[in-house]
Amino acid sequence: MSKLSQRHLLGIKNLTRQDIELIFETADNFKEVINRPIKKVPSLRDVTIANIFFENSTRTRLSFELAEKRLSADVINFSTSNSSVKKGETLLDTVNNILAMKVDMVVMRHASVGAPHFLAKHIKANIVNAGDGTHEHPTQALLDAFSIREKLGSVEGKKIAIIGDILHSRVALSNIFALKKLGAEVMVCGPPTLIPKFISSLGVKVEWEVQKALEWCDVANVLRIQLERQQIKYFPSLREYSLYYGITKKTLDDLKKDIVLMHPGPINRGVELTSDAADSHHSIILDQVENGVAVRMAVLYLLAGAN
Amino acid sequence: MQKKIVLDSQLLDITLNRLCQQLIEAHHDFSETVILGLQPRGIFLAELIHAKLKTLVKKQIPLGYLDATFHRDDFRRRDVPAKASETRIPFAIENKNVVLIDDVLFTGRTVRAALDAMIAFGRPAKVELLVLVDRTSTRDLPISADYVGKYVDTLESQKILVELVAQGHKQNKIWLINKD
Repeated sequence: MSKLSQRHLLGIKNLTRQDIELIFETADNFKEVINRPIKKVPSLRDVTIANIFFENSTRTRLSFELAEKRLSADVINFSTSNSSVKKGETLLDTVNNILAMKVDMVVMRHASVGAPHFLAKHIKANIVNAGDGTHEHPTQALLDAFSIREKLGSVEGKKIAIIGDILHSRVALSNIFALKKLGAEVMVCGPPTLIPKFISSLGVKVEWEVQKALEWCDVANVLRIQLERQQIKYFPSLREYSLYYGITKKTLDDLKKDIVLMHPGPINRGVELTSDAADSHHSIILDQVENGVAVRMAVLYLLAGAN
Repeated sequence: MQKKIVLDSQLLDITLNRLCQQLIEAHHDFSETVILGLQPRGIFLAELIHAKLKTLVKKQIPLGYLDATFHRDDFRRRDVPAKASETRIPFAIENKNVVLIDDVLFTGRTVRAALDAMIAFGRPAKVELLVLVDRTSTRDLPISADYVGKYVDTLESQKILVELVAQGHKQNKIWLINKD
Protein backbone atom coordinates (compact mmCIF):
# COMPACT_ATOMS: atom_id res chain seq x y z
CA MET A 1 0.00 0.00 0.00
CA SER A 2 1.16 3.49 -0.69
CA LYS A 3 -1.45 5.17 1.44
CA LEU A 4 -1.44 6.14 5.12
CA SER A 5 -4.03 4.54 7.38
CA GLN A 6 -4.93 8.02 8.72
CA ARG A 7 -6.37 11.23 7.23
CA HIS A 8 -4.56 13.35 9.82
CA LEU A 9 -1.22 13.18 11.55
CA LEU A 10 -2.32 13.74 15.13
CA GLY A 11 0.26 11.58 16.83
CA ILE A 12 2.54 8.62 16.33
CA LYS A 13 0.22 6.60 18.58
CA ASN A 14 -2.33 6.31 15.74
CA LEU A 15 0.19 5.28 13.08
CA THR A 16 1.08 1.73 12.08
CA ARG A 17 4.60 0.54 11.43
CA GLN A 18 3.69 0.38 7.72
CA ASP A 19 2.63 4.05 7.84
CA ILE A 20 5.98 5.04 9.33
CA GLU A 21 7.90 3.01 6.77
CA LEU A 22 5.89 4.52 3.92
CA ILE A 23 6.70 7.99 5.24
CA PHE A 24 10.40 7.09 5.37
CA GLU A 25 10.48 5.68 1.84
CA THR A 26 8.73 8.78 0.53
CA ALA A 27 11.08 11.01 2.55
CA ASP A 28 14.09 9.27 0.94
CA ASN A 29 12.85 10.53 -2.41
CA PHE A 30 12.19 14.03 -1.10
CA LYS A 31 15.66 14.16 0.44
CA GLU A 32 17.01 13.64 -3.07
CA VAL A 33 14.67 16.38 -4.36
CA ILE A 34 15.89 18.98 -1.83
CA ASN A 35 19.47 18.33 -2.89
CA ARG A 36 18.76 19.03 -6.57
CA PRO A 37 19.83 22.25 -8.27
CA ILE A 38 16.09 23.11 -8.47
CA LYS A 39 14.65 21.96 -5.18
CA LYS A 40 10.99 22.29 -5.96
CA VAL A 41 8.34 19.88 -7.24
CA PRO A 42 4.79 20.82 -8.27
CA SER A 43 2.85 18.07 -6.43
CA LEU A 44 0.87 20.29 -4.06
CA ARG A 45 0.34 23.24 -6.42
CA ASP A 46 -3.44 23.22 -5.92
CA VAL A 47 -3.24 22.80 -2.15
CA THR A 48 -3.42 25.61 0.38
CA ILE A 49 -1.93 25.05 3.81
CA ALA A 50 -2.39 27.16 6.93
CA ASN A 51 0.36 27.05 9.54
CA ILE A 52 -1.33 27.95 12.79
CA PHE A 53 1.02 28.39 15.70
CA PHE A 54 -0.48 29.12 19.09
CA GLU A 55 2.91 28.53 20.68
CA ASN A 56 6.37 29.81 19.85
CA SER A 57 8.39 27.92 17.29
CA THR A 58 11.28 28.67 15.00
CA ARG A 59 12.63 25.42 13.66
CA THR A 60 9.36 23.52 13.27
CA ARG A 61 7.53 26.43 11.65
CA LEU A 62 10.37 27.20 9.23
CA SER A 63 10.78 23.53 8.43
CA PHE A 64 7.06 23.08 7.70
CA GLU A 65 6.95 26.26 5.65
CA LEU A 66 9.97 25.22 3.61
CA ALA A 67 8.52 21.73 3.10
CA GLU A 68 5.24 23.26 1.89
CA LYS A 69 6.99 25.65 -0.47
CA ARG A 70 9.24 22.93 -1.89
CA LEU A 71 6.01 21.07 -2.73
CA SER A 72 4.59 24.22 -4.39
CA ALA A 73 1.69 24.57 -1.93
CA ASP A 74 0.21 27.98 -1.17
CA VAL A 75 1.05 28.86 2.40
CA ILE A 76 -0.51 31.17 4.95
CA ASN A 77 1.05 31.73 8.33
CA PHE A 78 -0.67 32.63 11.50
CA SER A 79 0.67 33.09 14.97
CA THR A 80 -1.22 34.18 18.04
CA SER A 81 0.89 37.21 18.84
CA ASN A 82 -0.77 39.24 16.08
CA SER A 83 -4.20 37.66 15.80
CA SER A 84 -7.79 37.94 16.98
CA VAL A 85 -7.20 35.10 19.45
CA LYS A 86 -6.01 37.90 21.70
CA LYS A 87 -9.46 39.47 21.28
CA GLY A 88 -11.14 36.34 22.67
CA GLU A 89 -11.95 34.22 19.59
CA THR A 90 -12.27 30.46 20.21
CA LEU A 91 -9.99 27.90 18.55
CA LEU A 92 -12.81 26.46 16.45
CA ASP A 93 -13.95 29.90 15.27
CA THR A 94 -10.41 30.91 14.37
CA VAL A 95 -9.83 27.74 12.37
CA ASN A 96 -13.26 27.80 10.71
CA ASN A 97 -12.61 31.34 9.55
CA ILE A 98 -9.32 30.28 8.05
CA LEU A 99 -10.93 27.27 6.39
CA ALA A 100 -13.69 29.49 4.92
CA MET A 101 -10.90 30.99 2.83
CA LYS A 102 -10.57 27.55 1.16
CA VAL A 103 -7.67 26.04 3.02
CA ASP A 104 -7.07 22.30 2.51
CA MET A 105 -4.63 21.47 5.30
CA VAL A 106 -3.87 22.82 8.74
CA VAL A 107 -0.53 22.50 10.49
CA MET A 108 -1.10 23.41 14.11
CA ARG A 109 0.91 23.85 17.27
CA HIS A 110 -1.02 24.43 20.45
CA ALA A 111 -0.17 24.58 24.15
CA SER A 112 -3.16 22.40 25.06
CA VAL A 113 -2.95 18.64 24.91
CA GLY A 114 -5.44 17.23 22.39
CA ALA A 115 -6.16 20.49 20.55
CA PRO A 116 -5.52 18.94 17.11
CA HIS A 117 -7.62 15.89 18.04
CA PHE A 118 -10.48 18.22 18.94
CA LEU A 119 -10.13 20.06 15.62
CA ALA A 120 -10.03 16.80 13.66
CA LYS A 121 -13.49 15.97 14.99
CA HIS A 122 -14.96 19.27 13.83
CA ILE A 123 -13.36 20.24 10.55
CA LYS A 124 -12.85 18.64 7.15
CA ALA A 125 -9.28 19.72 6.37
CA ASN A 126 -6.33 17.38 6.98
CA ILE A 127 -4.58 18.24 10.23
CA VAL A 128 -0.93 17.86 11.05
CA ASN A 129 -0.01 18.16 14.71
CA ALA A 130 3.11 20.29 15.06
CA GLY A 131 3.16 19.79 18.82
CA ASP A 132 0.31 19.81 21.34
CA GLY A 133 1.43 20.80 24.82
CA THR A 134 3.36 18.05 26.57
CA HIS A 135 1.62 15.32 24.55
CA GLU A 136 2.96 14.55 21.04
CA HIS A 137 5.18 16.06 18.37
CA PRO A 138 4.87 13.43 15.65
CA THR A 139 6.96 14.98 12.88
CA GLN A 140 9.90 15.45 15.26
CA ALA A 141 9.76 11.77 16.21
CA LEU A 142 9.55 10.78 12.55
CA LEU A 143 12.57 12.87 11.62
CA ASP A 144 14.50 11.55 14.64
CA ALA A 145 13.80 7.94 13.69
CA PHE A 146 14.52 8.73 10.03
CA SER A 147 17.89 10.21 11.03
CA ILE A 148 18.75 7.10 13.09
CA ARG A 149 17.78 4.89 10.14
CA GLU A 150 19.94 7.00 7.85
CA LYS A 151 22.94 6.95 10.19
CA LEU A 152 22.77 3.34 11.41
CA GLY A 153 20.98 1.62 8.51
CA SER A 154 17.89 0.73 10.50
CA VAL A 155 16.06 1.39 13.74
CA GLU A 156 15.13 -2.22 14.48
CA GLY A 157 17.09 -3.64 17.41
CA LYS A 158 18.96 -0.40 18.14
CA LYS A 159 19.25 0.91 21.68
CA ILE A 160 18.10 4.47 22.07
CA ALA A 161 18.32 6.51 25.26
CA ILE A 162 16.17 9.61 25.61
CA ILE A 163 17.84 11.82 28.18
CA GLY A 164 16.56 14.88 30.01
CA ASP A 165 13.17 16.37 30.82
CA ILE A 166 10.92 13.43 29.90
CA LEU A 167 8.00 14.71 31.96
CA HIS A 168 7.37 17.86 29.95
CA SER A 169 8.54 16.57 26.59
CA ARG A 170 6.19 15.84 23.71
CA VAL A 171 9.27 14.85 21.72
CA ALA A 172 9.97 12.06 24.23
CA LEU A 173 6.48 10.56 24.06
CA SER A 174 6.30 10.64 20.26
CA ASN A 175 9.82 9.22 20.06
CA ILE A 176 8.93 6.35 22.38
CA PHE A 177 5.90 5.44 20.25
CA ALA A 178 7.82 5.70 16.97
CA LEU A 179 10.92 3.82 18.11
CA LYS A 180 8.96 1.03 19.79
CA LYS A 181 6.82 0.57 16.66
CA LEU A 182 9.99 0.28 14.60
CA GLY A 183 11.40 -2.38 16.91
CA ALA A 184 14.01 -0.40 18.86
CA GLU A 185 14.83 -0.73 22.54
CA VAL A 186 14.14 2.51 24.36
CA MET A 187 15.43 3.86 27.67
CA VAL A 188 14.51 7.13 29.32
CA CYS A 189 16.99 8.81 31.61
CA GLY A 190 16.75 11.89 33.80
CA PRO A 191 16.28 13.06 37.36
CA PRO A 192 13.48 11.04 39.03
CA THR A 193 11.36 14.19 39.31
CA LEU A 194 11.40 14.63 35.53
CA ILE A 195 10.45 11.04 34.70
CA PRO A 196 6.68 10.40 34.52
CA LYS A 197 5.46 7.88 37.10
CA PHE A 198 4.15 5.06 34.96
CA ILE A 199 6.37 5.50 31.92
CA SER A 200 7.69 1.92 32.12
CA SER A 201 4.20 0.75 31.15
CA LEU A 202 5.05 1.98 27.63
CA GLY A 203 7.71 -0.70 27.52
CA VAL A 204 10.74 1.51 28.14
CA LYS A 205 13.62 1.09 30.55
CA VAL A 206 14.14 3.77 33.18
CA GLU A 207 17.61 4.88 34.27
CA TRP A 208 18.54 7.71 36.58
CA GLU A 209 22.27 7.81 35.93
CA VAL A 210 23.28 9.35 32.66
CA GLN A 211 26.62 7.54 32.53
CA LYS A 212 24.88 4.14 32.64
CA ALA A 213 22.43 5.24 29.95
CA LEU A 214 25.28 6.33 27.67
CA GLU A 215 27.14 3.07 28.21
CA TRP A 216 24.00 1.12 27.28
CA CYS A 217 22.84 2.99 24.19
CA ASP A 218 23.71 3.23 20.48
CA VAL A 219 21.99 6.59 20.19
CA ALA A 220 21.49 9.31 22.81
CA ASN A 221 18.65 11.70 22.10
CA VAL A 222 19.18 14.58 24.51
CA LEU A 223 16.26 16.84 25.38
CA ARG A 224 16.09 20.39 26.62
CA ILE A 225 14.92 21.28 30.12
CA GLN A 226 11.59 22.94 29.45
CA LEU A 227 11.70 25.65 32.09
CA GLU A 228 8.70 27.39 30.51
CA ARG A 229 6.49 24.41 31.35
CA GLN A 230 7.77 23.96 34.89
CA GLN A 231 5.65 25.72 37.47
CA ILE A 232 7.53 24.22 40.38
CA LYS A 233 11.20 23.36 40.94
CA TYR A 234 12.07 19.87 39.84
CA PHE A 235 15.79 20.12 40.62
CA PRO A 236 17.84 22.49 42.79
CA SER A 237 19.55 24.52 40.04
CA LEU A 238 20.50 24.44 36.36
CA ARG A 239 24.12 24.31 37.43
CA GLU A 240 23.46 21.18 39.43
CA TYR A 241 21.46 19.66 36.58
CA SER A 242 24.28 20.23 34.12
CA LEU A 243 26.78 18.82 36.61
CA TYR A 244 24.86 15.54 36.96
CA TYR A 245 23.09 15.24 33.60
CA GLY A 246 25.05 17.45 31.22
CA ILE A 247 26.92 15.58 28.49
CA THR A 248 30.42 16.69 27.57
CA LYS A 249 32.68 15.66 24.72
CA LYS A 250 34.90 13.94 27.28
CA THR A 251 32.01 11.75 28.51
CA LEU A 252 31.38 10.71 24.91
CA ASP A 253 35.06 10.14 24.07
CA ASP A 254 35.57 8.08 27.23
CA LEU A 255 32.87 5.58 26.25
CA LYS A 256 34.15 2.28 24.90
CA LYS A 257 32.09 2.66 21.70
CA ASP A 258 30.97 5.37 19.30
CA ILE A 259 27.46 6.55 19.97
CA VAL A 260 25.27 8.89 17.95
CA LEU A 261 24.24 12.14 19.62
CA MET A 262 20.92 13.78 18.77
CA HIS A 263 19.01 16.81 20.01
CA PRO A 264 15.67 18.15 18.75
CA GLY A 265 16.72 21.77 19.41
CA PRO A 266 16.81 24.41 20.62
CA ILE A 267 19.98 23.45 22.50
CA ASN A 268 20.75 25.10 25.79
CA ARG A 269 24.51 24.98 25.39
CA GLY A 270 26.21 24.37 28.70
CA VAL A 271 23.11 22.83 30.28
CA GLU A 272 22.19 19.47 28.74
CA LEU A 273 25.06 19.50 26.24
CA THR A 274 28.36 21.33 26.29
CA SER A 275 29.33 23.12 23.10
CA ASP A 276 32.15 20.73 22.30
CA ALA A 277 29.77 17.76 22.59
CA ALA A 278 27.08 19.37 20.43
CA ASP A 279 29.65 20.17 17.71
CA SER A 280 31.55 16.87 17.95
CA HIS A 281 31.66 14.12 15.31
CA HIS A 282 29.12 12.17 17.40
CA SER A 283 26.44 14.75 16.71
CA ILE A 284 23.91 14.47 13.87
CA ILE A 285 21.93 17.47 15.08
CA LEU A 286 22.14 19.38 11.79
CA ASP A 287 21.31 16.24 9.78
CA GLN A 288 18.15 16.05 11.86
CA VAL A 289 17.24 19.55 10.73
CA GLU A 290 17.83 18.72 7.05
CA ASN A 291 15.85 15.48 7.36
CA GLY A 292 13.04 17.43 9.01
CA VAL A 293 12.19 19.15 5.74
CA ALA A 294 12.21 15.87 3.76
CA VAL A 295 10.11 14.03 6.35
CA ARG A 296 7.56 16.85 6.54
CA MET A 297 7.34 16.92 2.73
CA ALA A 298 6.57 13.19 2.82
CA VAL A 299 3.85 13.63 5.47
CA LEU A 300 2.18 16.49 3.59
CA TYR A 301 2.43 14.68 0.25
CA LEU A 302 0.91 11.46 1.60
CA LEU A 303 -1.89 13.23 3.48
CA ALA A 304 -2.79 15.61 0.64
CA GLY A 305 -2.76 12.86 -1.98
CA ALA A 306 -5.08 10.50 -0.14
CA ASN A 307 -8.41 12.17 -0.78
CA MET B 1 -8.37 -12.56 -20.08
CA GLN B 2 -6.74 -13.03 -23.48
CA LYS B 3 -3.01 -12.68 -23.95
CA LYS B 4 -1.22 -12.25 -27.25
CA ILE B 5 2.52 -12.08 -27.83
CA VAL B 6 3.72 -8.77 -29.26
CA LEU B 7 7.45 -9.52 -29.16
CA ASP B 8 9.10 -12.74 -28.09
CA SER B 9 12.59 -13.08 -26.72
CA GLN B 10 14.28 -13.45 -30.11
CA LEU B 11 12.39 -10.63 -31.81
CA LEU B 12 12.96 -8.39 -28.80
CA ASP B 13 16.69 -8.92 -29.10
CA ILE B 14 16.63 -8.03 -32.79
CA THR B 15 14.57 -4.94 -31.96
CA LEU B 16 16.95 -3.84 -29.20
CA ASN B 17 19.93 -4.26 -31.53
CA ARG B 18 18.19 -2.14 -34.15
CA LEU B 19 17.39 0.57 -31.58
CA CYS B 20 21.06 0.62 -30.52
CA GLN B 21 22.20 0.97 -34.12
CA GLN B 22 19.76 3.86 -34.61
CA LEU B 23 21.13 5.53 -31.48
CA ILE B 24 24.71 5.09 -32.74
CA GLU B 25 23.71 6.56 -36.11
CA ALA B 26 22.36 9.67 -34.40
CA HIS B 27 24.84 10.04 -31.54
CA HIS B 28 28.12 8.80 -33.11
CA ASP B 29 30.60 8.38 -30.24
CA PHE B 30 28.15 9.41 -27.48
CA SER B 31 30.62 12.01 -26.20
CA GLU B 32 27.80 14.47 -25.44
CA THR B 33 25.03 11.95 -24.78
CA VAL B 34 23.53 10.67 -21.54
CA ILE B 35 20.81 8.07 -20.99
CA LEU B 36 17.96 8.44 -18.52
CA GLY B 37 15.69 5.50 -17.74
CA LEU B 38 12.22 6.39 -16.50
CA GLN B 39 11.16 4.87 -13.19
CA PRO B 40 9.77 2.43 -12.38
CA ARG B 41 9.84 0.14 -15.44
CA GLY B 42 11.87 2.05 -18.02
CA ILE B 43 15.08 1.57 -16.08
CA PHE B 44 15.31 -2.13 -16.94
CA LEU B 45 15.11 -1.36 -20.63
CA ALA B 46 17.57 1.50 -20.20
CA GLU B 47 20.02 -0.88 -18.54
CA LEU B 48 19.67 -3.40 -21.36
CA ILE B 49 20.30 -0.76 -24.02
CA HIS B 50 23.11 0.76 -22.00
CA ALA B 51 24.86 -2.63 -21.76
CA LYS B 52 24.45 -3.30 -25.47
CA LEU B 53 25.78 0.15 -26.41
CA LYS B 54 28.77 -0.38 -24.16
CA THR B 55 29.88 -3.42 -26.17
CA LEU B 56 29.08 -1.73 -29.49
CA VAL B 57 30.80 1.64 -28.97
CA LYS B 58 33.30 0.39 -26.35
CA LYS B 59 32.55 3.24 -24.06
CA GLN B 60 30.85 3.90 -20.73
CA ILE B 61 27.86 6.15 -21.40
CA PRO B 62 26.41 7.95 -18.35
CA LEU B 63 23.21 6.23 -17.21
CA GLY B 64 20.74 7.71 -14.75
CA TYR B 65 17.29 7.00 -13.36
CA LEU B 66 14.56 9.61 -13.42
CA ASP B 67 11.38 9.41 -11.35
CA ALA B 68 8.53 11.72 -12.39
CA THR B 69 6.07 10.89 -9.59
CA PHE B 70 6.16 14.32 -7.96
CA HIS B 71 5.55 15.99 -11.32
CA ARG B 72 2.51 13.92 -12.31
CA ASP B 73 -0.70 15.74 -13.21
CA ASP B 74 -3.04 13.28 -11.46
CA PHE B 75 -2.04 14.05 -7.85
CA ARG B 76 -5.19 14.28 -5.67
CA ARG B 77 -7.16 12.76 -8.55
CA ARG B 78 -6.42 9.17 -7.58
CA ASP B 79 -7.42 7.24 -4.48
CA VAL B 80 -3.86 6.50 -3.45
CA PRO B 81 -0.91 8.84 -3.92
CA ALA B 82 1.51 7.53 -6.53
CA LYS B 83 4.52 5.87 -4.96
CA ALA B 84 7.82 7.47 -5.83
CA SER B 85 10.98 5.64 -6.86
CA GLU B 86 14.59 6.64 -6.71
CA THR B 87 15.97 9.38 -8.93
CA ARG B 88 19.70 9.02 -9.46
CA ILE B 89 21.44 11.31 -11.92
CA PRO B 90 25.10 11.40 -10.83
CA PHE B 91 26.19 13.63 -13.73
CA ALA B 92 25.30 17.02 -15.21
CA ILE B 93 22.72 17.09 -18.02
CA GLU B 94 23.37 20.74 -18.87
CA ASN B 95 24.06 21.06 -22.62
CA LYS B 96 24.00 17.27 -23.06
CA ASN B 97 21.93 15.21 -25.47
CA VAL B 98 19.54 13.27 -23.29
CA VAL B 99 17.92 10.02 -24.41
CA LEU B 100 14.88 9.27 -22.23
CA ILE B 101 13.99 5.60 -22.19
CA ASP B 102 10.66 4.05 -21.19
CA ASP B 103 9.08 0.70 -21.91
CA VAL B 104 5.63 1.75 -23.15
CA LEU B 105 4.35 5.05 -24.54
CA PHE B 106 0.63 5.22 -23.78
CA THR B 107 -1.06 8.56 -22.97
CA GLY B 108 2.15 10.60 -22.97
CA ARG B 109 1.46 11.97 -19.49
CA THR B 110 4.39 10.22 -17.84
CA VAL B 111 6.72 11.61 -20.49
CA ARG B 112 5.30 15.10 -19.96
CA ALA B 113 5.96 14.76 -16.22
CA ALA B 114 9.42 13.35 -16.88
CA LEU B 115 10.38 16.31 -19.07
CA ASP B 116 9.40 18.62 -16.20
CA ALA B 117 11.28 16.54 -13.65
CA MET B 118 14.37 16.44 -15.85
CA ILE B 119 14.51 20.24 -16.28
CA ALA B 120 15.11 20.50 -12.50
CA PHE B 121 18.59 19.12 -13.16
CA GLY B 122 19.60 21.58 -15.87
CA ARG B 123 18.97 22.55 -19.48
CA PRO B 124 19.89 19.81 -21.90
CA ALA B 125 20.90 20.67 -25.47
CA LYS B 126 18.50 18.14 -26.90
CA VAL B 127 16.08 15.55 -25.54
CA GLU B 128 14.94 12.43 -27.38
CA LEU B 129 12.55 9.67 -26.41
CA LEU B 130 13.07 5.96 -26.94
CA VAL B 131 10.29 3.48 -26.21
CA LEU B 132 10.00 -0.23 -26.73
CA VAL B 133 6.29 -0.19 -27.50
CA ASP B 134 4.43 2.80 -28.91
CA ARG B 135 0.70 2.40 -28.36
CA THR B 136 -0.69 4.42 -31.25
CA SER B 137 -4.03 6.24 -31.02
CA THR B 138 -4.16 6.37 -27.20
CA ARG B 139 -2.24 9.61 -26.76
CA ASP B 140 -3.69 12.38 -24.54
CA LEU B 141 -0.89 14.83 -25.27
CA PRO B 142 1.07 15.84 -28.38
CA ILE B 143 4.07 13.65 -27.58
CA SER B 144 5.82 11.21 -29.90
CA ALA B 145 8.90 9.02 -29.62
CA ASP B 146 12.09 9.38 -31.68
CA TYR B 147 13.04 5.70 -31.51
CA VAL B 148 10.35 3.03 -31.38
CA GLY B 149 10.78 -0.71 -30.93
CA LYS B 150 7.32 -1.62 -32.16
CA TYR B 151 4.14 0.26 -32.98
CA VAL B 152 1.05 -1.45 -31.61
CA ASP B 153 -2.46 -0.20 -32.28
CA THR B 154 -4.36 -0.73 -29.04
CA LEU B 155 -7.59 0.19 -27.32
CA GLU B 156 -7.45 2.11 -24.06
CA SER B 157 -8.96 -0.88 -22.29
CA GLN B 158 -6.11 -3.14 -23.40
CA LYS B 159 -2.82 -3.42 -21.60
CA ILE B 160 0.76 -3.96 -22.70
CA LEU B 161 2.73 -6.17 -20.35
CA VAL B 162 6.51 -6.06 -20.54
CA GLU B 163 8.29 -9.01 -18.95
CA LEU B 164 12.06 -8.75 -18.78
CA VAL B 165 14.55 -11.18 -17.31
CA ALA B 166 15.99 -8.27 -15.34
CA GLN B 167 12.62 -7.89 -13.61
CA GLY B 168 12.69 -11.51 -12.50
CA HIS B 169 10.89 -13.19 -15.41
CA LYS B 170 12.07 -16.36 -17.11
CA GLN B 171 12.20 -14.87 -20.60
CA ASN B 172 11.98 -11.48 -22.24
CA LYS B 173 8.44 -11.20 -23.59
CA ILE B 174 5.99 -8.45 -24.47
CA TRP B 175 2.28 -9.23 -24.25
CA LEU B 176 -0.91 -7.53 -25.36
CA ILE B 177 -3.66 -8.22 -22.85
CA ASN B 178 -7.39 -7.88 -23.41
CA LYS B 179 -9.24 -7.10 -20.21
CA ASP B 180 -12.73 -8.49 -20.08
